[in-house]
Parts: sequence; structure tokens; C-alpha cells
Amino acid sequence: MSSEWPLWEVFIRGQHGLNHRHVGSLHAPDAEMAILNARDVYTRRNEGVSIWVVRSADIVASAPSDKGPLFDPANAKVYRHPTFFDVPDEVGHM
Amino acid sequence: MYAQMVKTDTKRVRSLDEMEPQERAFQERIDAGQKIEPKEWMPEDYRKTLIRQISQHAHSEIVGQLPEGNWISRAPTLERKAILLAKVQDEAGHGLYLYCAAETLGISRDQMYEQLHSGKAKYSSIFNYPTLSWADIGAIGWLVDGAAIMNQVPLQRCSYGPYARAMVRICKEESFHQRQGFDIMTVLAKGTPEQKAMAQDALDRWWWPSLMMFGPSDDASVHSAQSMAWKIKQNSNDELRQKFVDQTVPQAKYLGLTVPDPALKWNEEKGGHDFGEPDWNEFFAVIAGEGPCNRERLEARRKAWNDGAWFRDGLTAHAEKQAARRQASRIAAE
Ligand SMILES: [Fe+2]
Ligand SMILES: [Fe+2]
Repeated sequence: MSSEWPLWEVFIRGQHGLNHRHVGSLHAPDAEMAILNARDVYTRRNEGVSIWVVRSADIVASAPSDKGPLFDPANAKVYRHPTFFDVPDEVGHM
Repeated sequence: MYAQMVKTDTKRVRSLDEMEPQERAFQERIDAGQKIEPKEWMPEDYRKTLIRQISQHAHSEIVGQLPEGNWISRAPTLERKAILLAKVQDEAGHGLYLYCAAETLGISRDQMYEQLHSGKAKYSSIFNYPTLSWADIGAIGWLVDGAAIMNQVPLQRCSYGPYARAMVRICKEESFHQRQGFDIMTVLAKGTPEQKAMAQDALDRWWWPSLMMFGPSDDASVHSAQSMAWKIKQNSNDELRQKFVDQTVPQAKYLGLTVPDPALKWNEEKGGHDFGEPDWNEFFAVIAGEGPCNRERLEARRKAWNDGAWFRDGLTAHAEKQAARRQASRIAAE
């Protein structure tokens, strides 16, 4: 049997002015075909104005087990949010 | 359903207290409505069951193109042809979303194809029935996609992230499928006596196989109980079947067609219809490979796969050549 085509992750910009968002993945022999396939698989109903494809093997991901050390520290830093501060009514909009 | 009678390796659903800490933490996350993502720890049986369920679902989408594909070249108008083409193309897309979701669990696409083509993997019983007239295309959209929606809507909330997200995409497209089918049925049912008879004949043949899609009663099944505990199944087969009947009967009435079930009756007390039992012997025979079209479907799949091999290889060779060329010019430039 011939070898399987590599897997690509597909990112679509839904509208002008928005970020590309991950929508799924697909198999394709090369980047050009990956974009053509992504057009057919993920944008059959005007879902996008631009496509990125990246080989899945090239994506580096944080490990699920690192979730605590990576993201927990932010929990204790409530002062990073504007709602932490009281703004007196007299001051008006700030 | 599109995945019928998915087995787990479970003998008995265990309580939280009986679980090892890791598994208990996993189950508690599911109970709290959290999504499980690829690469996170999961019980081996959860992973294996999901691979079975998602790949069976994907195979159903892919094989499901065949009965409808039969009518693309013979659709009655250009508009109907364009609509049917779009519908069948959607089903190919559904298969692809689902294969990708299954791949995140550690099975390869080629392995899944191999399981389908060798007959090892199952797909929904419904796609082993023939499409004899144009009205069948209406009946499939109305009943078969209608039954699929019943099952797929709750699966959008399933515990495995990639599966749930694939379901969200799929559900968005399914209502087009059901409506185009109902539209075909409406035109036929309001047409000439011959057209109406065609619509009735299609309903007569597709009604019972559609009810079988939900699978036999699973209220006593340990597999079903385990799948529900894992939230990869949300409703019992009987619950969904009841919902489907209650939703569909008034639609048949609107069409002026008769549901081919003498036992069908509104039950005021339960607030739903009473209805007859599908022929489960027929169902098990179809699942075992003895439906009217099982052989034809698998042969069509194998032929498509084998006939396309030269093309897939050609694209791979081209990609390799291009990559080698890019590499060489990079080295030359350095
Ligand atoms: Fe589908
Ligand atoms: Fe569909």
C-alpha cells in the first residue's frame, strides 16, 4: 500500500478584520493541495476569506500536564483586570 | 444510528469510589461537563470505544453517499441535481471531519479505511437498502437525515472535544439535508396520482429501516450505560426513536401520506405515539452483511479506493519532487 498523506491543520479567517481560527485538519500530499482541499472541506458555505495550512507535525503544543504550572499563576493576579479597581461614581466614565 | 450498537469493554459501570485516583479525576471532569481533549489522560476503554463509535459514524457518512449518488445523474431537474450534489458533497465532508476526530485518538486514516474495506468495521444498516426511485431521495433526506439529526444534536455536547466540535459543524449542515428531502416529498405528494404513489411507496420502504437506525432497545445494555456515564451517548435508543416518531408522524400527515404501521396510534396519557416493533431479525441480518446492498456498497468503496491509488501516488510523487527541488535550490543559494 502506498504511504498515507501527511496531516495538515487548517486555519480560516472568517471575515475581514478577524483572526484566523483553527477549524480542523485534513490529509493532503503538499501545501497547495492542502489549501485546495481545505477550500472544499471547510468553506463550502462562505465560511472564509483566507486559509492557512500548517503541517500538524510542525505544531508544538504545551503538554496537558503543564496546565497547572503554566496557567494557574494568573489566577492570583486579579489586579490585572480593570474590575479590580473601584471607580467612584463622581469620576464618571473611565 | 450512524454508529449502532457500539460495544465497550465494560462488564459493569463502576462508581467513583471503586476507581483509581486518575480514573476518578477523569470521571469527575466528565461529570462536571468538562471536555476531554486529545493527548490528555483517558481510560483505554474510553479511547477504544470512541474510536469504534467515531469511525463507524465516519464510515456511515462515506458509504451513505452511495445510495444517493445513484440518482445524481438522473435527478429530474438541473436544480435538483445541483442540490443533491451539494448534499452528497456535505456527507463526504462529514466523513472527513469525523475521520480527523478519530485520528486524534491514535488510529490512522489508512487503518480505518482498511477496516471498512475488509468488512471488519460496521456502518449504519440504513445504507444497505437500494434507492429505487427519485422519491427515495426525498425519503432519505426527510427520514434518514431526520433520524441522524435526532442523534447528532445531543452529540454536540459529548465529552470528547474533537467529536463534539465535528458534530457542531455537521449539525449546521444537516437541516439543509432534511429540508431538501422534505421538499422533494412535498412536490411529489402534491403532484399527480402517480407521483403521490411514488412518494407513498418510498415512505413504505424507508419507514421501518429508519426506525431501525436507532438500534434495538438498549435500556438494559451495560455498553449503553457506560457510554452514557462517559457522556459519549446522551439518550437511550428508545427515547430517540420515540422522539423521531412523534416528530415525523405529523409531517407525514401534512404530506397526505400514510405511515405503514397499523399499530401507530396517539397515546394521550404518555403524550406520544404508540407504534409497532421493527423487524429486528431483518436488522441483525443487515448488520451481519446480508442486507439487499451490503456487497454492492463495499465493492463500490473498494473500487473507488483501488482505482484512485495511481492518482494518490502521483500526487505524492509530485509533492516529493517539488520538496526535493526546493531543498536543492536552498542548498545552492547557501
Ligand atoms: Fe451527514
Ligand atoms: Fe446528512
